[in-house]
Amino acid sequence: MTKLSTKHLLGIKDLSEQDIQLIFKTADNFKDVINRPIKKVPSLRDITIANLFFENSTRTKLSFELAEKRLSADVVNFSASSSSVKKGETLIDTVNNILAMKVDMVVMRHPNPGACMFLAKHVDARIVNAGDGAHEHPTQALLDAYSIREKLGTVKGKKVVIVGDILHSRVALSNIFCLKKLGAQVMVCGPTTLIPKYISSLGVKVEHDLRKALEWCDVANMLRIQLERQEIKYFPSLREYTMMYGLNKSLLDSLKKEITVMHPGPINRGVEITSDVADSKQSIILQQVENGVAVRMAVLFLLAGRAEN
Amino acid sequence: MVKPRIILNSQTFQLTITRLSHQLIEVHNDFSDSVIIGLQPRGIFLARRIQKELCRILKKKNIPCGELDVTFYRDDFRKKELIPNKTNIDFIIEDKNVVLVDDVLFTGRTIRAGLDAMLAFGRPKDVELLVLIDRRLSRHLPIQAKYKGKTIDSIASEKVRVDWKETEGQDKVWITNEQD
Repeated sequence: MTKLSTKHLLGIKDLSEQDIQLIFKTADNFKDVINRPIKKVPSLRDITIANLFFENSTRTKLSFELAEKRLSADVVNFSASSSSVKKGETLIDTVNNILAMKVDMVVMRHPNPGACMFLAKHVDARIVNAGDGAHEHPTQALLDAYSIREKLGTVKGKKVVIVGDILHSRVALSNIFCLKKLGAQVMVCGPTTLIPKYISSLGVKVEHDLRKALEWCDVANMLRIQLERQEIKYFPSLREYTMMYGLNKSLLDSLKKEITVMHPGPINRGVEITSDVADSKQSIILQQVENGVAVRMAVLFLLAGRAEN
Repeated sequence: MVKPRIILNSQTFQLTITRLSHQLIEVHNDFSDSVIIGLQPRGIFLARRIQKELCRILKKKNIPCGELDVTFYRDDFRKKELIPNKTNIDFIIEDKNVVLVDDVLFTGRTIRAGLDAMLAFGRPKDVELLVLIDRRLSRHLPIQAKYKGKTIDSIASEKVRVDWKETEGQDKVWITNEQD
Protein backbone atom coordinates (compact mmCIF):
# COMPACT_ATOMS: atom_id res chain seq x y z
CA MET A 1 0.00 0.00 0.00
CA THR A 2 1.64 3.21 -1.13
CA LYS A 3 -1.16 5.74 -1.28
CA LEU A 4 -4.13 6.93 0.69
CA SER A 5 -7.58 5.77 -0.26
CA THR A 6 -8.97 9.32 -0.04
CA LYS A 7 -8.30 12.54 -1.93
CA HIS A 8 -8.96 14.76 1.07
CA LEU A 9 -8.52 14.40 4.80
CA LEU A 10 -11.96 15.35 6.08
CA GLY A 11 -12.17 13.02 9.03
CA ILE A 12 -10.75 9.83 10.50
CA LYS A 13 -14.09 8.19 9.66
CA ASP A 14 -13.09 8.03 5.95
CA LEU A 15 -9.69 6.45 6.56
CA SER A 16 -8.93 2.75 6.66
CA GLU A 17 -6.52 1.15 9.11
CA GLN A 18 -4.01 0.81 6.25
CA ASP A 19 -4.28 4.54 5.54
CA ILE A 20 -3.47 5.33 9.15
CA GLN A 21 -0.53 2.91 9.19
CA LEU A 22 0.78 4.46 5.96
CA ILE A 23 0.59 7.93 7.50
CA PHE A 24 2.46 6.68 10.58
CA LYS A 25 5.17 5.03 8.50
CA THR A 26 5.67 8.19 6.45
CA ALA A 27 5.65 10.27 9.64
CA ASP A 28 8.53 8.12 10.96
CA ASN A 29 10.58 9.26 7.98
CA PHE A 30 9.63 12.89 8.49
CA LYS A 31 10.43 12.73 12.20
CA ASP A 32 13.92 11.74 11.12
CA VAL A 33 14.02 14.69 8.68
CA ILE A 34 12.99 17.31 11.26
CA ASN A 35 15.79 16.19 13.58
CA ARG A 36 18.48 16.75 10.93
CA PRO A 37 20.72 19.82 10.79
CA ILE A 38 18.80 20.95 7.69
CA LYS A 39 15.17 20.27 8.50
CA LYS A 40 13.75 20.92 5.09
CA VAL A 41 13.03 18.75 2.06
CA PRO A 42 12.03 20.03 -1.38
CA SER A 43 9.11 17.59 -1.95
CA LEU A 44 6.25 20.10 -2.27
CA ARG A 45 8.15 23.00 -3.82
CA ASP A 46 5.59 23.21 -6.65
CA ILE A 47 2.57 23.23 -4.32
CA THR A 48 0.80 26.23 -2.81
CA ILE A 49 -1.21 25.72 0.35
CA ALA A 50 -3.76 28.09 1.86
CA ASN A 51 -4.36 27.94 5.60
CA LEU A 52 -7.87 29.16 6.24
CA PHE A 53 -8.59 29.60 9.91
CA PHE A 54 -12.12 30.75 10.61
CA GLU A 55 -11.61 29.99 14.28
CA ASN A 56 -8.77 30.74 16.68
CA SER A 57 -5.82 28.40 16.86
CA THR A 58 -2.19 28.59 17.95
CA ARG A 59 -0.79 25.08 17.94
CA THR A 60 -2.58 23.62 14.96
CA LYS A 61 -1.98 26.66 12.77
CA LEU A 62 1.69 26.88 13.71
CA SER A 63 2.15 23.15 13.34
CA PHE A 64 0.54 23.07 9.88
CA GLU A 65 2.51 26.11 8.76
CA LEU A 66 5.77 24.60 9.95
CA ALA A 67 4.97 21.28 8.29
CA GLU A 68 4.21 23.08 5.02
CA LYS A 69 7.41 25.10 5.18
CA ARG A 70 9.52 22.04 6.01
CA LEU A 71 8.15 20.48 2.83
CA SER A 72 9.07 23.63 0.86
CA ALA A 73 5.47 24.43 -0.08
CA ASP A 74 4.40 28.04 -0.59
CA VAL A 75 2.04 29.13 2.15
CA VAL A 76 -0.68 31.76 2.33
CA ASN A 77 -2.41 32.44 5.61
CA PHE A 78 -5.86 33.69 6.20
CA SER A 79 -7.77 34.33 9.36
CA ALA A 80 -11.42 35.22 9.52
CA SER A 81 -11.02 38.13 11.90
CA SER A 82 -9.11 40.20 9.33
CA SER A 83 -10.94 39.25 6.14
CA SER A 84 -13.91 39.89 3.91
CA VAL A 85 -15.90 37.21 5.73
CA LYS A 86 -16.86 40.05 8.01
CA LYS A 87 -18.22 41.91 4.97
CA GLY A 88 -20.64 39.07 4.22
CA GLU A 89 -18.78 36.91 1.72
CA THR A 90 -19.83 33.25 1.62
CA LEU A 91 -17.43 30.39 2.32
CA ILE A 92 -17.44 29.11 -1.28
CA ASP A 93 -16.80 32.59 -2.66
CA THR A 94 -13.93 33.17 -0.26
CA VAL A 95 -12.33 29.86 -1.13
CA ASN A 96 -12.90 30.15 -4.88
CA ASN A 97 -11.26 33.57 -4.84
CA ILE A 98 -8.28 32.09 -3.08
CA LEU A 99 -8.17 29.18 -5.52
CA ALA A 100 -8.27 31.60 -8.46
CA MET A 101 -4.86 32.65 -7.26
CA LYS A 102 -3.72 29.08 -8.07
CA VAL A 103 -3.72 27.34 -4.72
CA ASP A 104 -3.45 23.53 -4.74
CA MET A 105 -4.41 22.62 -1.21
CA VAL A 106 -6.55 24.11 1.51
CA VAL A 107 -6.11 23.51 5.23
CA MET A 108 -9.24 24.73 6.95
CA ARG A 109 -10.57 25.19 10.45
CA HIS A 110 -14.18 26.27 10.69
CA PRO A 111 -16.71 26.58 13.54
CA ASN A 112 -19.40 24.67 11.59
CA PRO A 113 -19.37 20.87 11.51
CA GLY A 114 -19.15 19.57 7.94
CA ALA A 115 -17.67 22.78 6.51
CA CYS A 116 -14.73 20.88 5.05
CA MET A 117 -16.92 18.21 3.50
CA PHE A 118 -19.02 20.96 1.94
CA LEU A 119 -15.93 22.60 0.53
CA ALA A 120 -14.54 19.33 -0.84
CA LYS A 121 -17.76 18.88 -2.82
CA HIS A 122 -17.71 22.35 -4.36
CA VAL A 123 -14.14 23.38 -5.00
CA ASP A 124 -11.32 21.78 -6.90
CA ALA A 125 -8.50 21.44 -4.38
CA ARG A 126 -7.25 18.97 -1.80
CA ILE A 127 -8.86 19.77 1.53
CA VAL A 128 -7.37 19.03 4.93
CA ASN A 129 -9.66 19.43 7.90
CA ALA A 130 -7.95 21.23 10.77
CA GLY A 131 -11.04 21.04 12.96
CA ASP A 132 -14.70 21.62 12.03
CA GLY A 133 -16.90 22.62 14.95
CA ALA A 134 -17.54 19.78 17.35
CA HIS A 135 -17.21 17.23 14.54
CA GLU A 136 -13.68 16.03 13.73
CA HIS A 137 -10.06 17.07 14.12
CA PRO A 138 -8.30 14.28 12.23
CA THR A 139 -4.67 15.38 12.41
CA GLN A 140 -4.92 15.75 16.20
CA ALA A 141 -6.23 12.18 16.50
CA LEU A 142 -3.47 10.91 14.21
CA LEU A 143 -0.75 12.59 16.22
CA ASP A 144 -2.27 11.36 19.49
CA ALA A 145 -2.31 7.78 18.25
CA TYR A 146 1.16 8.21 16.77
CA SER A 147 2.44 9.43 20.15
CA ILE A 148 0.86 6.42 21.90
CA ARG A 149 2.49 4.13 19.35
CA GLU A 150 5.84 5.83 19.93
CA LYS A 151 5.59 5.63 23.72
CA LEU A 152 4.08 2.16 24.12
CA GLY A 153 5.26 0.48 20.92
CA THR A 154 1.78 -0.19 19.58
CA VAL A 155 -1.78 1.08 19.83
CA LYS A 156 -3.45 -2.30 19.39
CA GLY A 157 -4.88 -3.66 22.61
CA LYS A 158 -4.00 -0.56 24.67
CA LYS A 159 -6.60 0.95 26.97
CA VAL A 160 -7.16 4.65 26.47
CA VAL A 161 -9.48 6.84 28.50
CA ILE A 162 -10.58 10.24 27.22
CA VAL A 163 -11.54 12.49 30.13
CA GLY A 164 -13.56 15.69 30.11
CA ASP A 165 -15.87 17.55 27.78
CA ILE A 166 -16.68 14.78 25.31
CA LEU A 167 -19.86 16.50 24.15
CA HIS A 168 -18.18 19.56 22.63
CA SER A 169 -14.89 17.94 21.64
CA ARG A 170 -13.90 17.21 18.05
CA VAL A 171 -10.66 15.77 19.42
CA ALA A 172 -12.63 13.14 21.35
CA LEU A 173 -14.66 12.00 18.33
CA SER A 174 -11.65 11.77 16.00
CA ASN A 175 -9.65 10.02 18.71
CA ILE A 176 -12.40 7.44 19.25
CA PHE A 177 -12.55 6.64 15.50
CA CYS A 178 -8.78 6.50 15.16
CA LEU A 179 -8.08 4.40 18.26
CA LYS A 180 -10.90 1.96 17.48
CA LYS A 181 -9.59 1.50 13.92
CA LEU A 182 -6.15 0.72 15.31
CA GLY A 183 -7.57 -1.87 17.71
CA ALA A 184 -7.36 -0.01 21.02
CA GLN A 185 -9.97 -0.14 23.79
CA VAL A 186 -11.50 3.24 24.44
CA MET A 187 -13.35 4.64 27.45
CA VAL A 188 -14.81 8.09 27.93
CA CYS A 189 -15.06 9.67 31.35
CA GLY A 190 -16.76 12.84 32.52
CA PRO A 191 -19.90 14.23 34.15
CA THR A 192 -23.13 12.80 32.66
CA THR A 193 -24.01 16.19 31.19
CA LEU A 194 -20.84 16.26 29.08
CA ILE A 195 -21.10 12.72 27.72
CA PRO A 196 -23.25 12.39 24.57
CA LYS A 197 -26.25 10.14 25.14
CA TYR A 198 -25.55 7.50 22.48
CA ILE A 199 -21.74 7.50 22.68
CA SER A 200 -21.63 3.80 23.61
CA SER A 201 -22.96 2.99 20.12
CA LEU A 202 -19.46 3.89 18.88
CA GLY A 203 -18.14 0.93 20.87
CA VAL A 204 -16.68 2.84 23.78
CA LYS A 205 -17.06 2.26 27.51
CA VAL A 206 -18.54 5.00 29.67
CA GLU A 207 -17.39 5.72 33.21
CA HIS A 208 -18.27 8.57 35.52
CA ASP A 209 -15.72 7.89 38.25
CA LEU A 210 -12.28 9.23 37.33
CA ARG A 211 -10.38 6.96 39.73
CA LYS A 212 -11.99 3.82 38.30
CA ALA A 213 -11.24 5.01 34.76
CA LEU A 214 -7.60 5.70 35.55
CA GLU A 215 -7.16 2.33 37.24
CA TRP A 216 -8.43 0.66 34.07
CA CYS A 217 -6.36 2.54 31.50
CA ASP A 218 -2.80 2.63 30.08
CA VAL A 219 -3.18 6.13 28.68
CA ALA A 220 -5.28 9.07 29.89
CA ASN A 221 -6.05 11.83 27.40
CA MET A 222 -7.23 14.87 29.38
CA LEU A 223 -9.45 17.31 27.46
CA ARG A 224 -10.07 20.95 28.09
CA ILE A 225 -13.50 22.21 29.13
CA GLN A 226 -14.69 24.08 26.04
CA LEU A 227 -16.40 26.98 27.76
CA GLU A 228 -16.69 28.88 24.46
CA ARG A 229 -18.99 26.19 23.07
CA GLN A 230 -21.13 25.87 26.20
CA GLU A 231 -24.23 28.02 26.06
CA ILE A 232 -25.70 26.66 29.26
CA LYS A 233 -24.12 25.50 32.49
CA TYR A 234 -23.22 21.80 32.33
CA PHE A 235 -21.79 21.58 35.86
CA PRO A 236 -22.18 23.72 39.00
CA SER A 237 -18.70 25.28 39.02
CA LEU A 238 -15.24 24.88 37.55
CA ARG A 239 -13.95 24.22 41.08
CA GLU A 240 -16.31 21.31 41.48
CA TYR A 241 -15.34 19.94 38.07
CA THR A 242 -11.67 20.08 39.09
CA MET A 243 -12.40 18.21 42.30
CA MET A 244 -14.28 15.45 40.46
CA TYR A 245 -12.44 15.19 37.14
CA GLY A 246 -9.14 17.06 37.49
CA LEU A 247 -5.97 14.97 37.37
CA ASN A 248 -3.52 15.76 40.18
CA LYS A 249 -0.26 14.26 41.35
CA SER A 250 -1.59 12.48 44.44
CA LEU A 251 -4.28 10.74 42.35
CA LEU A 252 -1.69 9.77 39.73
CA ASP A 253 0.74 8.45 42.37
CA SER A 254 -1.92 6.43 44.14
CA LEU A 255 -2.52 4.28 41.02
CA LYS A 256 -1.06 0.78 40.95
CA LYS A 257 0.64 1.19 37.57
CA GLU A 258 2.30 4.08 35.81
CA ILE A 259 0.00 5.52 33.13
CA THR A 260 0.84 7.87 30.29
CA VAL A 261 -0.79 11.31 30.40
CA MET A 262 -1.72 13.23 27.25
CA HIS A 263 -3.37 16.56 26.53
CA PRO A 264 -4.21 18.03 23.12
CA GLY A 265 -3.69 21.60 24.36
CA PRO A 266 -4.36 24.35 25.16
CA ILE A 267 -3.96 23.38 28.83
CA ASN A 268 -5.96 25.07 31.54
CA ARG A 269 -3.49 24.44 34.32
CA GLY A 270 -5.23 23.72 37.59
CA VAL A 271 -8.55 22.81 35.94
CA GLU A 272 -8.41 19.47 34.09
CA ILE A 273 -4.75 18.85 34.96
CA THR A 274 -2.42 20.28 37.58
CA SER A 275 0.97 21.77 36.69
CA ASP A 276 3.01 19.04 38.39
CA VAL A 277 1.21 16.35 36.35
CA ALA A 278 1.50 18.27 33.06
CA ASP A 279 5.24 18.67 33.63
CA SER A 280 5.85 15.18 35.05
CA LYS A 281 7.78 12.49 33.21
CA GLN A 282 4.58 10.52 32.66
CA SER A 283 3.24 13.31 30.50
CA ILE A 284 3.99 13.25 26.75
CA ILE A 285 2.33 16.59 26.02
CA LEU A 286 5.38 18.14 24.37
CA GLN A 287 6.17 14.98 22.41
CA GLN A 288 2.63 15.24 21.02
CA VAL A 289 3.46 18.71 19.73
CA GLU A 290 6.71 17.55 18.13
CA ASN A 291 4.99 14.57 16.54
CA GLY A 292 2.27 16.90 15.27
CA VAL A 293 4.64 18.46 12.76
CA ALA A 294 5.86 15.08 11.49
CA VAL A 295 2.33 13.66 11.20
CA ARG A 296 1.06 16.76 9.35
CA MET A 297 4.03 16.59 6.99
CA ALA A 298 3.12 12.99 6.25
CA VAL A 299 -0.54 13.87 5.59
CA LEU A 300 0.32 16.78 3.27
CA PHE A 301 2.99 14.75 1.47
CA LEU A 302 0.68 11.80 0.90
CA LEU A 303 -2.24 13.95 -0.29
CA ALA A 304 -0.17 16.21 -2.54
CA GLY A 305 2.02 13.42 -3.78
CA ARG A 306 -0.83 11.14 -4.73
CA ALA A 307 -0.05 10.18 -8.32
CA GLU A 308 -2.78 11.24 -10.71
CA ASN A 309 -3.58 8.46 -13.13
CA MET B 1 9.53 -12.11 -25.85
CA VAL B 2 13.28 -12.04 -25.51
CA LYS B 3 14.81 -14.49 -23.06
CA PRO B 4 16.39 -12.87 -19.99
CA ARG B 5 20.13 -12.37 -20.45
CA ILE B 6 22.55 -12.80 -17.60
CA ILE B 7 25.21 -10.07 -17.49
CA LEU B 8 27.02 -11.03 -14.30
CA ASN B 9 26.84 -14.42 -12.63
CA SER B 10 27.75 -14.99 -9.02
CA GLN B 11 31.44 -15.55 -9.86
CA THR B 12 31.95 -12.46 -12.05
CA PHE B 13 29.79 -10.52 -9.60
CA GLN B 14 32.27 -11.16 -6.78
CA LEU B 15 35.23 -10.35 -9.07
CA THR B 16 33.63 -7.03 -9.97
CA ILE B 17 33.13 -6.11 -6.32
CA THR B 18 36.74 -6.97 -5.53
CA ARG B 19 37.96 -4.91 -8.49
CA LEU B 20 35.83 -1.89 -7.50
CA SER B 21 37.17 -2.13 -3.94
CA HIS B 22 40.77 -2.09 -5.19
CA GLN B 23 40.03 0.89 -7.41
CA LEU B 24 38.62 2.72 -4.38
CA ILE B 25 41.76 1.93 -2.34
CA GLU B 26 43.94 3.40 -5.12
CA VAL B 27 42.23 6.76 -4.57
CA HIS B 28 41.19 6.70 -0.91
CA ASN B 29 44.14 4.83 0.65
CA ASP B 30 43.03 3.49 4.02
CA PHE B 31 39.64 5.29 4.05
CA SER B 32 40.58 7.37 7.10
CA ASP B 33 39.09 10.47 5.47
CA SER B 34 36.46 8.79 3.32
CA VAL B 35 32.96 7.43 3.85
CA ILE B 36 30.54 5.32 1.86
CA ILE B 37 26.86 6.20 1.40
CA GLY B 38 24.50 3.74 -0.24
CA LEU B 39 21.27 4.98 -1.84
CA GLN B 40 18.02 3.36 -0.76
CA PRO B 41 16.50 0.98 -1.54
CA ARG B 42 18.87 -1.20 -3.60
CA GLY B 43 22.17 0.67 -3.44
CA ILE B 44 22.62 -0.18 0.23
CA PHE B 45 23.37 -3.85 -0.53
CA LEU B 46 26.24 -2.84 -2.82
CA ALA B 47 27.48 -0.30 -0.27
CA ARG B 48 27.52 -2.92 2.49
CA ARG B 49 29.23 -5.45 0.24
CA ILE B 50 31.92 -2.94 -0.79
CA GLN B 51 32.39 -1.97 2.85
CA LYS B 52 32.89 -5.61 3.83
CA GLU B 53 35.36 -6.18 1.01
CA LEU B 54 37.33 -3.01 1.89
CA CYS B 55 37.51 -4.04 5.54
CA ARG B 56 38.83 -7.44 4.47
CA ILE B 57 41.51 -6.04 2.14
CA LEU B 58 42.57 -3.20 4.43
CA LYS B 59 42.27 -5.37 7.56
CA LYS B 60 40.18 -2.67 9.23
CA LYS B 61 37.39 -3.25 11.70
CA ASN B 62 35.05 -0.61 10.35
CA ILE B 63 34.67 1.87 7.52
CA PRO B 64 31.80 4.39 7.87
CA CYS B 65 28.91 3.28 5.68
CA GLY B 66 25.54 5.02 5.67
CA GLU B 67 22.16 4.63 4.02
CA LEU B 68 20.41 7.54 2.34
CA ASP B 69 16.79 7.74 1.23
CA VAL B 70 16.06 10.20 -1.56
CA THR B 71 12.26 9.93 -1.88
CA PHE B 72 11.53 13.43 -0.53
CA TYR B 73 14.09 14.94 -2.93
CA ARG B 74 12.84 13.30 -6.13
CA ASP B 75 11.31 15.35 -8.92
CA ASP B 76 9.13 12.48 -10.14
CA PHE B 77 7.43 11.32 -6.94
CA ARG B 78 4.08 12.44 -8.25
CA LYS B 79 4.44 10.29 -11.37
CA LYS B 80 4.89 7.02 -9.55
CA GLU B 81 4.06 5.64 -6.14
CA LEU B 82 7.12 5.60 -3.95
CA ILE B 83 7.55 4.43 -0.39
CA PRO B 84 10.16 6.23 1.65
CA ASN B 85 12.85 4.14 3.32
CA LYS B 86 15.07 4.73 6.29
CA THR B 87 17.95 7.19 6.23
CA ASN B 88 20.78 6.21 8.53
CA ILE B 89 23.95 8.29 8.51
CA ASP B 90 25.54 8.15 11.96
CA PHE B 91 28.79 9.90 11.07
CA ILE B 92 29.78 13.39 9.98
CA ILE B 93 30.27 13.98 6.25
CA GLU B 94 31.60 17.55 6.61
CA ASP B 95 34.98 17.76 4.80
CA LYS B 96 35.01 14.03 4.06
CA ASN B 97 35.44 12.30 0.73
CA VAL B 98 32.09 10.70 0.04
CA VAL B 99 31.58 7.71 -2.24
CA LEU B 100 27.92 7.55 -3.29
CA VAL B 101 26.90 4.02 -4.17
CA ASP B 102 23.97 2.77 -6.23
CA ASP B 103 23.28 -0.46 -8.07
CA VAL B 104 22.18 0.78 -11.51
CA LEU B 105 22.85 4.18 -13.09
CA PHE B 106 20.01 4.78 -15.53
CA THR B 107 18.54 8.28 -16.08
CA GLY B 108 20.68 9.91 -13.38
CA ARG B 109 17.66 11.33 -11.58
CA THR B 110 18.13 9.26 -8.43
CA ILE B 111 21.74 10.44 -8.17
CA ARG B 112 20.62 14.06 -8.67
CA ALA B 113 18.17 13.63 -5.79
CA GLY B 114 20.87 11.80 -3.81
CA LEU B 115 23.26 14.74 -4.11
CA ASP B 116 20.57 17.09 -2.80
CA ALA B 117 19.65 14.76 0.04
CA MET B 118 23.27 14.28 1.03
CA LEU B 119 23.91 18.04 1.24
CA ALA B 120 21.32 18.26 4.02
CA PHE B 121 23.87 16.47 6.21
CA GLY B 122 26.82 18.79 5.57
CA ARG B 123 29.34 19.88 2.98
CA PRO B 124 31.64 17.07 1.88
CA LYS B 125 35.09 17.78 0.48
CA ASP B 126 34.63 15.60 -2.53
CA VAL B 127 31.90 13.34 -3.89
CA GLU B 128 32.36 10.39 -6.23
CA LEU B 129 29.89 7.97 -7.69
CA LEU B 130 30.23 4.20 -7.80
CA VAL B 131 27.72 1.98 -9.60
CA LEU B 132 27.56 -1.71 -10.37
CA ILE B 133 25.84 -1.26 -13.75
CA ASP B 134 26.06 1.80 -15.98
CA ARG B 135 23.33 1.97 -18.64
CA ARG B 136 25.21 4.51 -20.67
CA LEU B 137 22.70 5.34 -23.41
CA SER B 138 19.78 6.31 -21.21
CA ARG B 139 20.93 9.36 -19.29
CA HIS B 140 18.59 12.36 -18.81
CA LEU B 141 21.10 14.42 -16.85
CA PRO B 142 24.84 15.09 -17.18
CA ILE B 143 25.85 12.62 -14.47
CA GLN B 144 28.64 10.05 -14.81
CA ALA B 145 30.03 7.43 -12.48
CA LYS B 146 33.73 7.39 -11.62
CA TYR B 147 33.76 3.70 -10.75
CA LYS B 148 31.68 1.29 -12.83
CA GLY B 149 31.22 -2.44 -12.42
CA LYS B 150 30.02 -2.95 -15.97
CA THR B 151 28.82 -0.68 -18.74
CA ILE B 152 25.95 -1.95 -20.85
CA ASP B 153 23.93 -0.73 -23.82
CA SER B 154 20.27 -1.42 -23.37
CA ILE B 155 17.05 0.11 -24.61
CA ALA B 156 14.75 1.95 -22.25
CA SER B 157 12.00 -0.69 -22.31
CA GLU B 158 14.37 -3.32 -20.99
CA LYS B 159 14.79 -3.75 -17.29
CA VAL B 160 18.10 -4.38 -15.58
CA ARG B 161 17.69 -6.45 -12.43
CA VAL B 162 20.31 -6.84 -9.75
CA ASP B 163 19.75 -9.79 -7.41
CA TRP B 164 21.51 -10.08 -4.07
CA LYS B 165 22.41 -13.10 -2.01
CA GLU B 166 20.86 -11.30 1.00
CA THR B 167 17.42 -10.89 -0.55
CA GLU B 168 17.04 -13.07 -3.64
CA GLY B 169 19.40 -15.88 -2.59
CA GLN B 170 21.92 -15.45 -5.41
CA ASP B 171 24.17 -12.68 -6.72
CA LYS B 172 23.44 -11.93 -10.35
CA VAL B 173 22.65 -9.19 -12.82
CA TRP B 174 20.29 -9.82 -15.71
CA ILE B 175 18.32 -8.00 -18.37
CA THR B 176 14.66 -8.74 -18.92
CA ASN B 177 11.83 -7.42 -21.02
CA GLU B 178 9.22 -8.09 -18.39
CA GLN B 179 7.32 -5.31 -16.81
CA ASP B 180 6.75 -5.98 -13.15
